[in-house]
Amino acid sequence: MNEMSEDQVKSIPRKKQIRIALRNCGVIDPERIEEYIEKDGYFSLGRILTELSPEETIRIVKESGLRGRGGAGFPTGLKWEFALKNKSDQKYVVCNADEGDPGAFMDRSILEGDPHSVLEAMAICGYAIGADTGYIYIRAEYPLAIERLKTAITQAREYGFLGKAIFGTKFNFDIFLKYGAGAFVCGEETALIHSMEGRRGEPSLKPPFPAESGYLGKPTNVNNVETFANIPVIFQKGPEWFRGIGTDKSKGTKVFALAGKVNNVGLIEVPMGTTIREVIFEIGGGIREGKKFKAVQTGGPSGGCLTEKHLDTPIDYENLIACGSMMGSGGMIVMDEDDCMVSVARFFLDFTVEESCGKCAPCRIGNKRLYELLDRICKGKGEMEDLDRLKNLSIVIKDTSLCGLGQSSPNPVLSTMDNFYDEYISHVVDKKCPSGVCRDLLEYFIVEENCVGCTACARACPVGAISGERKEPHVINPEICIKCGACMEKCKFDAVILR
Amino acid sequence: MKMVNITLDGNHIEVPAGTTIYESAKQVHIDIPALCYMDLKDLNIRNRPGGCRICVVEVEGRRNLAPSCSTAVEEGMVVKTNSVRVINARRTVMELILSDHPKDCLTCAKSGQCDLQQMAIRLGIRDIPGQEYAEMSTYRLDTSPSIIRELDKCIMCRRCETMCNDFQTVGALHAINRGFYAVVAPAFEMNLEHSPCTYCGQCVAVCPTGALTEVDHTGKVIAALNDPAKTVVVQTAPAVRAALGEEFGMKPGTLVTGKMVTALRHLGFNYVFDTDFAADLTIMEEGTEFLGRLTRFLDGDTEVQMPILTSCCPGWVNFFEHHFPELKDIPSTARSPQQMFGSVAKSYFAEKIGVERKDMVVVSIMPCLAKKYECQREEFMVDGVPDVDISISTRELAHLIKQANLDLVEMTDGDFDLPLGESTGAGVIFGTTGGVIEAATRTAYEIYTGKTLEKIDFEQLRGMDGLRSATVDFGGQEIRIGIAHGLGNARKLLEEIKSGKSQYHAIEIMACPGGCIGGGGQPLHHGDASILQARAKAIYEEDRNKKIRKSHENPFIQQLYADYLGEPFSEKAHALLHTHYFDRRKRVFQI
Amino acid sequence: MSSVKIELRKDQIEKIHETCEQFGNSEGELINILHRVQGTFGYLPAEVQEVIAEKLNIPVARVYGVVTFYSYFTMTPKGEFPISICTGTACYVRGAEKVLGEFKKELQIEVGETTADGKFSLSCLRCVGACGLAPVVLVGDKTYGRVAPDDVKEIIGEYQS
Repeated sequence: MNEMSEDQVKSIPRKKQIRIALRNCGVIDPERIEEYIEKDGYFSLGRILTELSPEETIRIVKESGLRGRGGAGFPTGLKWEFALKNKSDQKYVVCNADEGDPGAFMDRSILEGDPHSVLEAMAICGYAIGADTGYIYIRAEYPLAIERLKTAITQAREYGFLGKAIFGTKFNFDIFLKYGAGAFVCGEETALIHSMEGRRGEPSLKPPFPAESGYLGKPTNVNNVETFANIPVIFQKGPEWFRGIGTDKSKGTKVFALAGKVNNVGLIEVPMGTTIREVIFEIGGGIREGKKFKAVQTGGPSGGCLTEKHLDTPIDYENLIACGSMMGSGGMIVMDEDDCMVSVARFFLDFTVEESCGKCAPCRIGNKRLYELLDRICKGKGEMEDLDRLKNLSIVIKDTSLCGLGQSSPNPVLSTMDNFYDEYISHVVDKKCPSGVCRDLLEYFIVEENCVGCTACARACPVGAISGERKEPHVINPEICIKCGACMEKCKFDAVILR
Repeated sequence: MKMVNITLDGNHIEVPAGTTIYESAKQVHIDIPALCYMDLKDLNIRNRPGGCRICVVEVEGRRNLAPSCSTAVEEGMVVKTNSVRVINARRTVMELILSDHPKDCLTCAKSGQCDLQQMAIRLGIRDIPGQEYAEMSTYRLDTSPSIIRELDKCIMCRRCETMCNDFQTVGALHAINRGFYAVVAPAFEMNLEHSPCTYCGQCVAVCPTGALTEVDHTGKVIAALNDPAKTVVVQTAPAVRAALGEEFGMKPGTLVTGKMVTALRHLGFNYVFDTDFAADLTIMEEGTEFLGRLTRFLDGDTEVQMPILTSCCPGWVNFFEHHFPELKDIPSTARSPQQMFGSVAKSYFAEKIGVERKDMVVVSIMPCLAKKYECQREEFMVDGVPDVDISISTRELAHLIKQANLDLVEMTDGDFDLPLGESTGAGVIFGTTGGVIEAATRTAYEIYTGKTLEKIDFEQLRGMDGLRSATVDFGGQEIRIGIAHGLGNARKLLEEIKSGKSQYHAIEIMACPGGCIGGGGQPLHHGDASILQARAKAIYEEDRNKKIRKSHENPFIQQLYADYLGEPFSEKAHALLHTHYFDRRKRVFQI
Repeated sequence: MSSVKIELRKDQIEKIHETCEQFGNSEGELINILHRVQGTFGYLPAEVQEVIAEKLNIPVARVYGVVTFYSYFTMTPKGEFPISICTGTACYVRGAEKVLGEFKKELQIEVGETTADGKFSLSCLRCVGACGLAPVVLVGDKTYGRVAPDDVKEIIGEYQS
């Protein structure tokens, strides 16, 4: 498992990719600080501490155009500036490593493959905003990343990159770990902070923003792993260089976790502005088994589905939102003709229902109702008015929920409704699942031409729904059939099909 | 103060910076609906989780709707509280909340008083789409001696959690689980009875729905009244008379003492007595105990426990038994007025009228839910029969009066029966924070100094601050007095005592905000703190109207001692009027 | 609440106290403490939560509120070989549900349950960050990638001897 994620990084064609956040992953030995230093590691920190003021440091981050990689894409420099401007005797830097987005694992790869880049960036941030303590809030499910971080922190302290009087300056900074415990909502920064304080990870109203009142009520700057991983390079190569990559409003690169029905799965890092087509077909090597591309879900449970018509859209924050999705943390799940989009929406809502913290009514109850509606539709019990309800509920949940989780949870519903309304109609009106996924809408059927009358299916059927003479084509009585699939499993002649 | 200009539903208004949209709207008489939000100003009790999302409004330039309860105004803000978008969202959210709420409104204990019901009426909800196939979150019904938790009706407003944790620091209730199944409950979803709950009832007092209600004993009262073999005696706590009228549409702060007496007589009680009498009795015992301890203390006795703490509030007694059992020798051993009354009624009075103890039923009307538990304590029973048989709340009394077709508003004034119905102004002020200690001071001063008070009112002991301190001059001896209402405030004083830093001679503690006037059994204030202020005012008004205002001058108290008890702190008084306390900490495996 | 009541031994209580002390008896460290204690006990029974609450001087209701909020914490003991099926998006798209179904069928237990002999327990988790190997199954610390329903018997077999 250890090597696996690195393996995932390496196996994908490098063309069209630029490695910034992943620059050292799989390149250096993450357990040896010397190798990081060889790659100019901690050089940026040293230069900043000895040559730049906090204001100048923040100016460079602002100039680079870097935006938060974990969600909505808030400008990182601006965020740091807010934290700097809030005066306090104590401030904190927090690294959000609670990668809860199912289908995204870039943070884990960075922490396992290049932990020092995050530590260095946090120290830089600490200097910039005036904090002497940093916390990494990391998923307990990532034991290797935790081990690597612990090793890295120890080494950095030994080398004097963390601790007192760093680089002989007056700057003190140290980093500690805090563990997540399995709550997706803790990706939201106020929820994360409550969790760090040993409480339920419920988000709270903003303002006050963490930059004003965060961890233990002190000004706190929260960035995610990938955002931090970009910082040291920006100072090595200059903000102009960074700004030169990407699109007008989205600079640099983005790491995506390419998964699902593509030939090449794993982490990729591409310049902002790369099209979805390039990602899926050039880097990803196209759809597996020669099947037809149907959609790609970006942004995880908060995002939406992009389709054929979006393939040539350059990926950046604004474009994805315009397409009804979002950047999110960078999950990219490719789906083919065998995937039912109503089921996909239901899958995401199942996730949201389970992960909603329960604090606000629209998210707590609304998502449950969305799930129930989708479930009805998948089971063939949906009615046309359910589609109107789905839409209205989705809009209201987005409009009224307390935090980002609820404000984005209906996106998978809205985007699949926008792009695959005909599939919803098929489920509701024709009671059919065009992709053959929704079991309740399918029936098992014996193709007469293929059936040799071996009777294996009839013998396997637990309810006696199959009849027919030996060596004659058999028939399934749909009235009796319980759709267990035993017949299909037993048939050696591909005569039993679902339709 | 910096002012900002905003436009709200077309009204241009100027409000202080930092004001919420919700508060600003009131300026132009726009009442934005809200469910979870509660702000008892002055008392420092605020619940603002931003969870119900009913109060959302449209703010120009903002992507999503804003919760008005917690969004501060900004210069030039343009707000719409009633646009189609807002109304659709608000109604949809309300339908969602109702889709996870039982529909047994007609028979719900909160019916007519339910904020959720009122909101459904206000928003004109007529249908809950998809209810047939909507799963509802269900939980186990939990009945304790005082409080019923029917969490199927919980809407996660978190008010109870705020009261139990932030205000009372009891920590019996907390949000548990996640998402759709999130709810407020004791640890391990165990019964409230097994939790550190004090039965103060403040969770019930703020619950907007029928999720938290009191155990209803009105049926038991009716049964007792209809039992010809029983002599039924009723006592009414001081705070009841200052609030009962509200249940009948009267203005908060209207005193209905005489009307209440008449109503009780109509209900069929054989004797209508006053807990205020027992309050006077409490002062005799507690005051004597205080002076005894004080004298020993001033004489240099290092064994003596100082300060003395009042013990008339059962929520407070439960609190220190659960949370500070190591201090259980410090509070006065005097029983609460409810229990002193029961004890005296079933001994002295029963003997006097020739009724056997077993044939007497004592009912108490209390502003309090903890009293229901208190009267069931074993130490307040004789051969398994309690001194006070049934304790009902102010709200339950209102139900009884309504059931009996009585119009309280139009009722003529009646007088309490004698001897246990006579009381002084000192007994009355037990109903509000600072009152017990003021009553005690009136008596203790005169006994200690041997002089008559020139001014009966001790203004320095009054007020609504949660934590107050004052000094009273006892003829050259300075007596330092601490007063706390709300158990969170009490905790601070107890921590001081624990660490040996307390500078007080005497401390009064009441569990509820404002004292008994804000008790868990009182008519619901629905988040309006001014109601509590009005009740306190009424209590002091009643005190001023009394001919006798010092407990030791109550002639029937004097007679009780002369005929029956001997003197305060006598052996008989000890047996009937004093108690002891327990360590109630429990471990889970012992439950 | 959990139906099984246990009375903690003195040394067990001391162990919990020790852990709390290592984190400075700080209520802000509650989650770290719960992690550590669950690591020791395998789960977090009510009695354990009570000891932690008392040591940190916070209401036990609050500890329980935290334990029930986070899916990582459990109040029931897991099997000797805890089996977790990743139901993250990538695994879902690649058929995790069928694999889960097969495990349920083979072990005759539902998610969240433990087999009668205490050997296996079944749980779902969200994305272990091994999407390239979807669908993924974890048995204890061991990872199985690209699991097909047909592999399930074999995987269970590895632990049955």
